[in-house]
Amino acid sequence: MASTTKTLDFKTDWEYSSAPESTDHIHIEKKNNLFINGEFIPPAKGTYFKTINPANEEKLADVAKAELADVDKAVKAARSAYDKVWSKMEPAERGKYIYRIARLIQEHAREFAVIESLDGGKPIRESRDIDIPLVSAHFFYYAGWADKMEYAFPGKQAKSIGVTGQIIPWNFPLLMAAWKIAPALATGNTVILKPAETTPLTALKLAEIIQEADLPPGVVNIINGAGKTGQALVEHPDIDKIAFTGSTEVGKLIMKTVAGTGKKFTLELGGKAANIIFEDAAIDQAVEGIINGIFFNQGHVCCAGSRLFVQESIADTIISKLKDRMETLIVGDPLDKNTDIGAINSKMQLDKIKMYVEIGKKEGGTIHQSSCALPEKGYWHAPTLFTDLSQSHRIVQEEIFGPVLAIQTFRTVDEVITKANNTPYGLSGGVWTDKGSKIFKVTQAIRSGVLWANTFNTFDPASPFGGYKESGMGREGGLEGLMPYVNLV
Amino acid sequence: MEMYINHIDQVGTQERVARLFSRSIKKESKIHALKTVLSMIDLTTLEGKDSPGKVKQLCYKAAHLHDQFPDLPTVAAICVYPTMVPIAKKVLEKTDINIAAVATAFPSGMTSLDYKLDEVKMVVDAGADEVDMVISRGKFLRGEYEYVADEIAQVKVACGTAHLKVILETGELVTLDNVRFASDIAMVAGADFIKTSTGKVSPAATPPVALVMLEAIRDYYKKTGKKIGMKPAGGISKSKLAIQYLVMVKETLGQDWLTPDLFRYGASSLANDVLMQILKQTTGVYQSGNYFSID
Repeated sequence: MASTTKTLDFKTDWEYSSAPESTDHIHIEKKNNLFINGEFIPPAKGTYFKTINPANEEKLADVAKAELADVDKAVKAARSAYDKVWSKMEPAERGKYIYRIARLIQEHAREFAVIESLDGGKPIRESRDIDIPLVSAHFFYYAGWADKMEYAFPGKQAKSIGVTGQIIPWNFPLLMAAWKIAPALATGNTVILKPAETTPLTALKLAEIIQEADLPPGVVNIINGAGKTGQALVEHPDIDKIAFTGSTEVGKLIMKTVAGTGKKFTLELGGKAANIIFEDAAIDQAVEGIINGIFFNQGHVCCAGSRLFVQESIADTIISKLKDRMETLIVGDPLDKNTDIGAINSKMQLDKIKMYVEIGKKEGGTIHQSSCALPEKGYWHAPTLFTDLSQSHRIVQEEIFGPVLAIQTFRTVDEVITKANNTPYGLSGGVWTDKGSKIFKVTQAIRSGVLWANTFNTFDPASPFGGYKESGMGREGGLEGLMPYVNLV
Repeated sequence: MEMYINHIDQVGTQERVARLFSRSIKKESKIHALKTVLSMIDLTTLEGKDSPGKVKQLCYKAAHLHDQFPDLPTVAAICVYPTMVPIAKKVLEKTDINIAAVATAFPSGMTSLDYKLDEVKMVVDAGADEVDMVISRGKFLRGEYEYVADEIAQVKVACGTAHLKVILETGELVTLDNVRFASDIAMVAGADFIKTSTGKVSPAATPPVALVMLEAIRDYYKKTGKKIGMKPAGGISKSKLAIQYLVMVKETLGQDWLTPDLFRYGASSLANDVLMQILKQTTGVYQSGNYFSID
């Protein structure tokens, strides 16, 4: 029975038949307007842009583009709703509205999941099992805080801020909307939300839910558009606070813009997390953690474990196991229930990922990609890892935001702590060891907002999230997530 | 003995199982899976009240699962107590179905090694193709790992050409760390198969335990090139669960293990449920349980 090859063959004569999630129950408006003051209204200049399905490049819908006049209209609606209704409402009443939104999201969960996968390219397994359940959980969590704010900060009173402008990215469209809207509403603020231009559809569906929940007009306004729309929102003089999730580059611009204006702001920006595997870790579970850390949501995750550090004594074993595991990842139709890795969100992002892969090769990294076939139409990238890298390589230093893992080895605890911290970012990190004391030593030494031990990319609304250094400022989630939306007096 | 401790994280293992179990197996892939499952079943009767008549019925059933569907595979083996081996041998002589006998003072293993070896020789002489032994869990939990390993090695010698399945009785080992270490010991000591349970202790096979054992087999293969088989036993009575186990095998070990030579189910009522599902896939409707013989 002894074999000399010792390779595992994952191309089996038993392949899974396609198991597509049904889209029969989904209704997507062909032409979508701006959601301002509780109504869907056409944009002042009448311009629309298209949103496509990145898995097949087909158009899904037209979406209204908000210009300066529209932004102004939305801010006025939010200001009026804040002054006349929302800030004066009994906190418990505000809580009821948020609970209602949470319940309606649960009722429409499958619809949201399918639209999220259609518009953004993420596998239905994730939108169904992770994104949407977390969305409703986030609303439920902050609904609970609405009438308990007087206990949140002992000895201090938490006052609402006013009108908040919120700009969110395309990687977790509805989840980021929830992270922004839920705490803002619970603390008595009103909202103008601008989703990313490649993924506007679930936020528009959320607008319908907000209508259905009878939220007073103007409390939440949702306007679409690209960078210009966001800029108009940030620059608007009657905004009291900006909450932004996106790239560090844009984050820096926002800081410059709001400097001296008195506007409050929170920024949740990029990352290049160190995922650290010690030789005494539970190896197979660590391998799974590495896979989840970098390939979750095609690697479009700001807290992705994109820098892997493996202790030298187990490096060969880990890399061999990673390669095997990558062969079992199913890449393809985001709506297929068995798909592990869906489509890259946009052509622009795919080009960026490809550029970094070229840089990695040019700089001497050794590339390995899974042998999966990629669909012809749409935007796709095979799961990829690089070895033979050092801290000086660009793919180790810069955020790729795609399914590309940069692997380095280390020998000692001190060495890996130094390397893990040797980055302008500080959003997240992971430590894998069976030894409790090592977990405490290493996690306390790494300057990152979130550190996972023996798990990765695990989220809960009660747990705060945010960055050190160029990964941002302010926290979202948990008690800490209330602070950016209140003035403490 | 060349071995080192492999840590197992229970939460991570459960999460991996949950993810594997979320695979959606439909249409052709379901029929293929059902037929594969059928071919991997060790049809089992292990009761104190087993009689020659009962064993004969079981053997006949094994050879004639559902004669209306001649294309269906037969089960892999029947699994019986030592005294029933000659009876089974007689019925199954002209078939490809193997005879597996439990031995070594099954299910507790609480007797001396000499008795165990005698029992193994007895079942092999009587014509058993496969021997399902139990490890000494008491010794294992006391840390007498060498004893456990030596015992397996000697049973292996006594087996001769018969295949040796080593039952870890994971329900008594309790932790996944123990399951992993016992798997490593059994493989190094000469097991051809590692098997979860006797079916006499609760819990019997569980998905996390099976996954840990499959991963141990994977590591052993990578290190030595030897392919060890795996047999979950007890508690797998429904097709859906059996297919989910098959998903674990496929995505942990790949093509080479998707064969009765390297993967078995120890089960008594699973075969009928699989038959029922196959017929449902073919005809579109479920048939009454009365159409499936219950031997």
